[in-house]
Amino acid sequence: MADVPELKLHCPLPEKNATVQLAHGGGGRLMQHLIRDIFVRSFRNPLLAQMHDGATLPVSEGTLAFTTDSYVVRPLFFPGGDIGSLAVHGTVNDLAMCGATPLWLSAGFILEEGLEIETLQRIVDSMAQAARESGVSIVTGDTKVVDKGKGDGVFINTAGIGVVPPGVMVGPQRVVPGDAILVSGDLGSHGVAVLSVREGLSFGGGIVSDAAPLHRVVADLIANGIEIHCLRDLTRGGLASALNEIASVAGVKLSIDERTIPVHDEVQGACEVLGLDPLYVANEGRFVAFVPEAQADLAVAVMRGHAVATEAVRVGKVDGRESSIVVLKTVLGTHRILDLLSGEQLPRIC
Amino acid sequence: MKYVDEFRDRGHAEALAGAIRRTATRPWTIMEVCGGQTHSIVRFGLDALLPSNLTLVHGPGCPVCVTPIGLIDQALHLASLPRVMFCSFGDMLRVPGSRGNLFDVKAAGGDVRIVYSPLDALELARANPDREIVCFAVGFETTAPAFAMAAIQARRLGFTNFSLLAAQVLVPPAMEAILSAPGCLVQGFLAAGHVCTVMGYEEYEDLAKHYRVPIVVTGFEPIDILEGIAMLVSQLEDGRTVVENQYTRSVRREGNVVAQAAVREVFEPTLRAWRGIGDIPHSGLKLTAAYADFDATVRFRDALAQAGSVGGEDPDCQSGLVLQGLIKPPDCPAFGTRCTPENPLGAPMVSSEGACAAYYRYRRDTRPGAIS
Repeated sequence: MADVPELKLHCPLPEKNATVQLAHGGGGRLMQHLIRDIFVRSFRNPLLAQMHDGATLPVSEGTLAFTTDSYVVRPLFFPGGDIGSLAVHGTVNDLAMCGATPLWLSAGFILEEGLEIETLQRIVDSMAQAARESGVSIVTGDTKVVDKGKGDGVFINTAGIGVVPPGVMVGPQRVVPGDAILVSGDLGSHGVAVLSVREGLSFGGGIVSDAAPLHRVVADLIANGIEIHCLRDLTRGGLASALNEIASVAGVKLSIDERTIPVHDEVQGACEVLGLDPLYVANEGRFVAFVPEAQADLAVAVMRGHAVATEAVRVGKVDGRESSIVVLKTVLGTHRILDLLSGEQLPRIC
Repeated sequence: MKYVDEFRDRGHAEALAGAIRRTATRPWTIMEVCGGQTHSIVRFGLDALLPSNLTLVHGPGCPVCVTPIGLIDQALHLASLPRVMFCSFGDMLRVPGSRGNLFDVKAAGGDVRIVYSPLDALELARANPDREIVCFAVGFETTAPAFAMAAIQARRLGFTNFSLLAAQVLVPPAMEAILSAPGCLVQGFLAAGHVCTVMGYEEYEDLAKHYRVPIVVTGFEPIDILEGIAMLVSQLEDGRTVVENQYTRSVRREGNVVAQAAVREVFEPTLRAWRGIGDIPHSGLKLTAAYADFDATVRFRDALAQAGSVGGEDPDCQSGLVLQGLIKPPDCPAFGTRCTPENPLGAPMVSSEGACAAYYRYRRDTRPGAIS
């Protein structure tokens, strides 16, 4: 084993122009190097450092929340984030939406042969930073390499475990008529930011993704005694899809006032040109909250105390149980259904 | 937001609706030609602001909806050829041909790209000299100049791997077809503002005169549409039948002459089948002989000859009647039952500008009081 270099204390910058090869996923020395020099070094924490097949985690009181999500985004880097930070924030936020304090993540990488090691290092560094900032540890992982052309550079799966404090129950079945519906901030920045770089749109410049961890806002709501009935992060499908899912599971009719929904001018402008509706555009740092009407004002005030939710606002209410639809009061005061899209939102012809 | 908020102002909208209510003393049936206008009307619930003696019917101005199934089948065949990179606006990918849609071809390994402009397709042609770039030229007069510019530019740059599958359609022949159809209900038109931005509105003056029908060139924002309706109702009540321009911030009588010249250089009118409606003379655009090198139907003549099209529409689909304003989407027995955006029987259920999709999306629960 003399030819295997020891883990150096100084930063072992990857060889310039080095790329991921199939052998990096083959279980041999190359894979060991990759794990040690890239993943373990960047994600450094005592649980991962045990280099075991899995992580053993201490359990406390409360309930465990467990979630998983896979991240496939093109381009890998976009204004305001990258696939690495997204893979941490997305899973942290899924746990936060359960009312949980996120604690541990796993990270599974599917790397495409030929991916530059330098690019992988940037992504992993970004994950490590996002994990530090979110207060979570990446405690176990996996790496596979697929043939060139069989992947989009890198796909990442993260699973997460968090702890829900005793007495906290968050879920769509708790939504009841009379609840106020709150949104944590302006909508659409993430989707438009990614689209603007993916498609090289000249007018999308300056729009930065809203990707951010949301669990501290949720923890603060709980600490302030807000009886949160339901939370949902507004990722794929945006606000409209989240509301429809909740209306359907809870068996309630939701009424939303379009005039109250915050959308910044540059996002609105890009959406107008492309024929997209910001209510369906993905966000990575926004959520909707269902809380009792009596606590709505306090909840908005608590949310606005956080940098990721300064534009939190009340957008509607839970109306009744006569149907499971979402009704939008338009800017003109008329009413229409806010529906699920049947597929992906497609830019229109003219 | 400037240029948006002032055209969505509730007070202004209510004032216009009030003026329309006071002016309209008799029942009138009005057609908005463009699918973008239909979408606005349904999305903003504009018809709820109008008096009950005013009926809005939805016109054929949805390019996705009227592209004939034979052309879709040609697109599907070209897109499945290994050497072809097939470029299309996103709207077209879900439209069913006689065997699947472009998404199905993509899933089966076809190289199908969504582009935002024909010039993006030209860029792909430059970057991929070993591939054949075929661009699906769909749309009304609005998009024709961009496709024409792409062909002109391709010739100028000497590209030999770029071609257009021309499916362009023209508005005035379709309006004429609607007006001359037996049982036509339409008494006035809101003409499509963006089509007229390119073409101007001189050609509509003959239509107005010949068929004694008032036409108002109208924009797409709620205030535009309400203003257009107010102008149209006032003409109808006064018995006037002229062309008026509501969309003055975008449309001039002569239109965009530079764009028109580009279109004339590359395209010429041709007979075109409209999906659900049938053949309409001089209602489509094809590439001129001078641009035959950039015509995908010439370039891939042999491949397309093998493809064939079974071409059948579903017998339950009444999209032709919807597109001519003879029925509204919910009047079709298949609406929302056999025909949904997930399983469309006809193209108007597919496109975001299709009348059936707009009704399905915004108001399919038609029980009284369900949406309020």
